[in-house]
Amino acid sequence: MELIFALCVGVLTSCGIYLCLRGTTFSVVLGLTLLSYSVNLFLFASGRLALNAAPILKHSEQITDPLPQALVLTAIVIGFAMTAFAVILAMRARADLGNDHVDGTPPSLEQTLRQKDKRS
Amino acid sequence: MTHLPILPILLPSLVGILLILPPFANHLRMQRWFTLGALGVLVIIAIELLMTTDQSPLIYILGGWHPPFGIMLLADRLSALLVLLTAVLAFCAALYGAAYEETTGRFFYPLFLFQIMGINGAFLTGDAFNLFVFFEILLIASYALLIHGGGKEKTKASFHYITLNLIGSAFFLIALGTLYGTLGTLNMADMSNRVTTLMPSGQIIAKAGGMLLLVVFGLKSAMLPLQFWLPKTYAAASAPVAALFAIMTKVGLYSIYRVFGGIFGETAGSLAFMAHGWIWPLAIATLVFGMLGALAAPSLRLLTSNMVIISVGTLLLTFVVNQGNALGAGLYYLIHSTLVTGALFLLADQIRVQRGNAQDRFVVSRPMAQGKPLGILYMIAAIAVVGLPPLSGFIGKLLVLQGAVEPQEQTWLWGTVLVSSLLALIAFSRAGTALFWHLSGSKPGSETAHPLQWTAIVLLLSASPLLTIFAGPVTEFTDRAADDVVNSHEFVLQIIDQQEALHSDGH
Repeated sequence: MELIFALCVGVLTSCGIYLCLRGTTFSVVLGLTLLSYSVNLFLFASGRLALNAAPILKHSEQITDPLPQALVLTAIVIGFAMTAFAVILAMRARADLGNDHVDGTPPSLEQTLRQKDKRS
Repeated sequence: MTHLPILPILLPSLVGILLILPPFANHLRMQRWFTLGALGVLVIIAIELLMTTDQSPLIYILGGWHPPFGIMLLADRLSALLVLLTAVLAFCAALYGAAYEETTGRFFYPLFLFQIMGINGAFLTGDAFNLFVFFEILLIASYALLIHGGGKEKTKASFHYITLNLIGSAFFLIALGTLYGTLGTLNMADMSNRVTTLMPSGQIIAKAGGMLLLVVFGLKSAMLPLQFWLPKTYAAASAPVAALFAIMTKVGLYSIYRVFGGIFGETAGSLAFMAHGWIWPLAIATLVFGMLGALAAPSLRLLTSNMVIISVGTLLLTFVVNQGNALGAGLYYLIHSTLVTGALFLLADQIRVQRGNAQDRFVVSRPMAQGKPLGILYMIAAIAVVGLPPLSGFIGKLLVLQGAVEPQEQTWLWGTVLVSSLLALIAFSRAGTALFWHLSGSKPGSETAHPLQWTAIVLLLSASPLLTIFAGPVTEFTDRAADDVVNSHEFVLQIIDQQEALHSDGH
């Protein structure tokens, strides 16, 4: 279970970071979303993984640490609000600047074509 | 239990919420006076807090859940000092904003107050996760404030700023998860206690988590190589917002003091001073980078932004030299640099408005309508920020230089700080010459500064001579405040012990 969990967190994080490094605002926003998912999962696991354990006393034999669950809840709410803001800002940037490049000015078409020529 | 420690958080949040409700939402004049009134009261509360905490630190237990399990606020000299600094800066920035920026978009004042709430919360909290929450509050308010008024430059700068900070927040959470996984607590005082009893295998993980926190706080405080966002962002922000942002890098620095001075400081056993070896070269590099930026800056706002980076580098240096014993000098410099750069941002805006199309770029332009008073204020601000006698910058830098005692530290610190002062002097003389003397024609524009704007700039700048006159008591206080980084944690631990003793008696 730990391995699968760790792999999920790792894959989500690396995909998120890859997408954040892309040049268009849409992929950056997607990347931020993936990153916040992976962070939430990671935070959840910081109280150790346990099966069939309630975070409340006297409800089951085993108990698990309730604090990470509270932390994750907070992190989800904050992450959600921040993502919403980033989406709106990305749309605003698209409208204000006329393109969806993260720097506001995409490398000109000519330049990209030249680079393609070099490669081939 | 006194409610004093939570007032600096409650007051701005309640007034902020009140101002977005119907009777006030469309009533700009009411919003203005309520905000200025609230910030004035905040200054008084902060002074009261400072006086009280100078006797003994205050702990505020939220919801009655005792530490280390519940969240607590910790007000000691250090946090009270920074809360007072925030209140003074915020009052002047809001005063300046009352003349023009309030009309460029809706909800300027509520956003402003929410940002103050976040900043004060970050200074007062004693819990690492709560620090994250307050960071997010101040950040989301700052996102909205940054883009307030609109415009292409602001949108561009905002997207970078927000993306970087969101990634920073993700790292912050990963770091907190790692630390909680190994230490089993998020109360900062309790963390400092548990670090000492870690197994070697846990120490490595805790170290990784701690160093990740350095990345996060480095991003907030603009430490090289995480400072590239700062000049553009601060130059794009409207003047009162940029002035308020002068305290934002200090929130990052404060967190570095608390985490790497308090938790991983001299009491941390084998993890003691674990970040100092990294901060030392990075601080020098930040300083050097800031001076190059200052020399290359094409406009006064960019020049001021680079002065912020220089001050961050200097403050990081005072944190690491002499095993942290120079921090008191650093705090004096922190007060000075925050207020003076805040004033410079306001001044730069006024110069920009009065120069018309040339804005604040260092090019030939028409004369300013109020060139003489602005020139005098510019000279005072430049003398203060560069660090020439007789103003507070000189005393601050002198204290910083005295802080280094070992020859090797002295070589690096004296070299970089003195050369950076010289280069800043060159940059500001060149800027002043271009702004005030390279004129075309003799017909000045019609824009003049509002009395509120004059008041705000003069109030902020008067901090510099005041800090010079009262340098004695202020430095004595900052020395005591610097000791609180470690002492407060011991105080909290005593309270936790008392609580545990009480509970074991009860059973």
